[in-house]
Formats: sequence, C-alpha cells, structure tokens
Amino acid sequence: MAGAVQETPRVRTLLLDAPGWADHRAGQHLDVRLTAEDGYQAERSYSIASAPGEELAITIERLDDGEVSPYLVDEAADGDQFEVRGPIGGYFVWDASDPRPILLVGGGSGVVPLRSMARHRERVGSGTPMKLLYSSRTWDDVIYRDELETIGIDVVYTLTREQPPGWTGYARRIDRELLEETAWPAEQKPRVFVCGSTRFVDAAADGLLELGYEPGWIRTERFGATG
Amino acid sequence: MRDPRTLDGNAIGGLMLELFGVDLTPAPTTCGSCGAREEMARLDVYRGAGIVVRCRHCEDVMIRIVQGGGRTWIDLSGTSTLELG
Repeated sequence: MAGAVQETPRVRTLLLDAPGWADHRAGQHLDVRLTAEDGYQAERSYSIASAPGEELAITIERLDDGEVSPYLVDEAADGDQFEVRGPIGGYFVWDASDPRPILLVGGGSGVVPLRSMARHRERVGSGTPMKLLYSSRTWDDVIYRDELETIGIDVVYTLTREQPPGWTGYARRIDRELLEETAWPAEQKPRVFVCGSTRFVDAAADGLLELGYEPGWIRTERFGATG
Repeated sequence: MRDPRTLDGNAIGGLMLELFGVDLTPAPTTCGSCGAREEMARLDVYRGAGIVVRCRHCEDVMIRIVQGGGRTWIDLSGTSTLELG
C-alpha cells in the first residue's frame, strides 16, 4: 500500500505498489486476499479505480459487517502488504477504440470501474460521447464528486435517500422514466456498462431493455452484500 | 427477484483464471437444463462454503466449486458447453 484518499466517510481509495503488475484495462477488477495470523484467509474482489497507465488504485466501501472492507477502509496504512491477484476480467471492459456512444450507469460504489473508464477516455483524448447516470443515497455519499465535475463527461445524479437544500436533480431510484429522459436514444446503439448491487443492476438493465436497447449492448457487473 | 447477495460471474474471474489459466468471464456458456447461452460474467454466483453458479434464466445449478485441503473439486455437470477463444 502506497497511499490513500478518503473519498467519503465510508469510502477510501488505496494506491497500491504492486511489483510485476501487468497494466489493466478500464473496467477490470482485482482480488485482495488477507491472511490472518492463524492462517484464515478472506478474499474479495474490488474494481480498479485508476485508468490504464496510472498508478494502480482501488476504491473500497466499508460494509460494517464485512471481513475485509473495514480493514481496508479504516486500518490499512502505507507500507502494509497484502496479496492481490489480477487484473481480472475481459467482459466488463471498455476499449477506447470502440466508436459507439457510452452510457455508464452506477449505483453507489458501482461507480468505481466506470470512473476508470471516464479517466481512460480523458487520458487518451477520446472524443467518444460518454454519459454517467450515478445513483447515490445522499450528496455526501457521492464518490469522486469533485473529479466528476471536470472529467469532461455528462453526469446525471440521482439521490435516493436525502437531498441537499435546493436540490433540483433526480431524487429517486433509477426507473424507466428517468432512463428515458437521460439515456442515449436506442437509435444511437450505445454501449452500456452498469455496475452496482444486484437489485440496482437488474432495474437499470430491465429499464433500458424496455427503451429498446438490445441485451448485447449492455454489460453488467453485480456485487453482493459481502465485504 | 434475485437474492440481493447474488454476485455474478465477474466475481469468480480471478479464481477461474487461477484454475484454468484463461479469463473465462467473456466465455459463452450453455445451461445444461434450459439451453440458455450467456457469457460466464452474466451468470448468478453464490458464495458460501463453496461456490455455486446458476443459470440466470432457469436458475438451475451450472457449476459447483469446492476447495479444501489443497484440492479443488469442480462439478460442471449442469453446463453443456463452454466456449473459449
């Protein structure tokens, strides 16, 4: 571990110095394995937050009853060592040479691999239209909030639990009507990446299919409630 | 509605890479029960003492993986095809 950024009270980005690490593709993840003194091992997958070519970073949300995330968010310090395996996955990846408009749909910490894609687009100077629909519980739960202002893509927020005074954005879970108002029209045949909880991903993907999107355009990554 | 603890096949990409030496997340699979064809990344994955992979259409078990004592036991009897390359 070679540094950390506290993103929100529950979310932290860890910079990792992993000798021999092969560069990743935007959207991939890695596995972290922690081994206790008695030999007990716990392994979890985390999305890579950095763009290809950048210092390796993962962003982790603390799940209070989790085995791994409380350590990584609250305790891990520079110089700590743990095993990582990866980069992993050739399904949930965006290739910058793909000319199709990109729709990113993230729920909570599901924004992490999408941030890697947005940073990648910016770093390679891609002109591909990219839009992010990002669902968070509250404004304080929005990860990468400052960065998303300047990353050069359209970001549409919806705050499902609590909104700041004067909030004029969406204030509900992503549904068909919200998608209809914000997603690229189906005629543009966009490529879509959806990441979040199982419930979130199912709702977003089903809504897009109702708008005429084809299943093959939509790539999904679902994470469960184990951390 | 699926169990909110459900993961998907992306979550076992690392394990499969270690076991088989290739990335299986984009690999098309065919369910042995209903014949649905989906990339491994889209299948439902449940992690407990072992790993159970289910078809996202008929929910029948396609793959079971149990590890222990330095050995790995993989039951693929619910999967009729797995396409690589």
